[in-house]
Amino acid sequence: MGKFASKKGKEMPAISTASLPDIIFMLLFFFMVVTVLRDAELMVSVNTPSATELTKLEKKSLVNYIYIGRPMKKWQALYGTSPQMQLGDKFASVEEIPLFLENHKITVPENQRPSISSSLKVDGEVTMGIVGDVKLALRKANQLKVNYSAKTRSN
Amino acid sequence: MAGRRKPPEINASSMADIAFLLLIFFLVTTTIVEDKGVLVKLPPWSSEPPETQKMNTRNVYSVLVNAENQLLVRGEPMRLEDLRKNTKIFISNPDRMPNMAETPTKAIVSLKNDRGTKYNTYLQVYNELKAAYNELRDELANKRHGKNLEFCTSAQQNEIRSELPLVISEAEPTNFGEEN
Repeated sequence: MGKFASKKGKEMPAISTASLPDIIFMLLFFFMVVTVLRDAELMVSVNTPSATELTKLEKKSLVNYIYIGRPMKKWQALYGTSPQMQLGDKFASVEEIPLFLENHKITVPENQRPSISSSLKVDGEVTMGIVGDVKLALRKANQLKVNYSAKTRSN
Repeated sequence: MAGRRKPPEINASSMADIAFLLLIFFLVTTTIVEDKGVLVKLPPWSSEPPETQKMNTRNVYSVLVNAENQLLVRGEPMRLEDLRKNTKIFISNPDRMPNMAETPTKAIVSLKNDRGTKYNTYLQVYNELKAAYNELRDELANKRHGKNLEFCTSAQQNEIRSELPLVISEAEPTNFGEEN
């Protein structure tokens, strides 16, 4: 015991936690900046294919999202298992696309409207039938800038 | 001076807790999305049927993708892996073949799919066609300016793009193999 007795009175100095809030705030600001609040819950399962020739979508406010895929498990009782399109937070038919585009368009300043693009998030296993219908509807609504969402793949 | 007291120190130890709370909120709501994709310009819609344009068949590179996800390129089956290479040869036509594009500006890629074609296959085909053009543009940019297209000035980029215009014409899909 004599060994330890000599250390008596020399306690470890308390670690100052005064800088802890600063560190936490730093992390907080990082996450605040990178956060995109998802406005809609995904109701269809979307697993986008991977591709190499990708273009980045620049301004989030100029993009409207169209999801196509099979409904998720909890929606299958109501909507079946065949591929469906989701606009905003609900299932929709192709006829509702023009209204959806118009609703998005009025949130964008007039001078930026020509650069609005549609991001098609389509499941890789879906067949082209419904995708072709959506493409046709987009063309009829004069929404010609389309981005087929895809993951990055190296060559 | 006698009445003045030292101001009490504010205890900041709960600051960390508040910050933590906010941090956890943002951690949970964050989705770091990489929003990338294949950019496509759709043709404008017109209700009248398009005027039939007589194209010299040597300038048309027809790609068909059927409901079985197989490729038929200019009447012959092809594997997806060979599409990029063959498209590049067709557009640039290095050997001046009489059955390939006269000049890159006259070349047109015609893409047609079935309603039963898998979206994945369609996107891969589109990706390969786009990649063929991008590689040709990069080659031209390297030859002329000694660097890849993305590092050239916008005037140089536009010049190269107009010499190798990406024209992918998409026909109405045929009704085969629609799933339900």
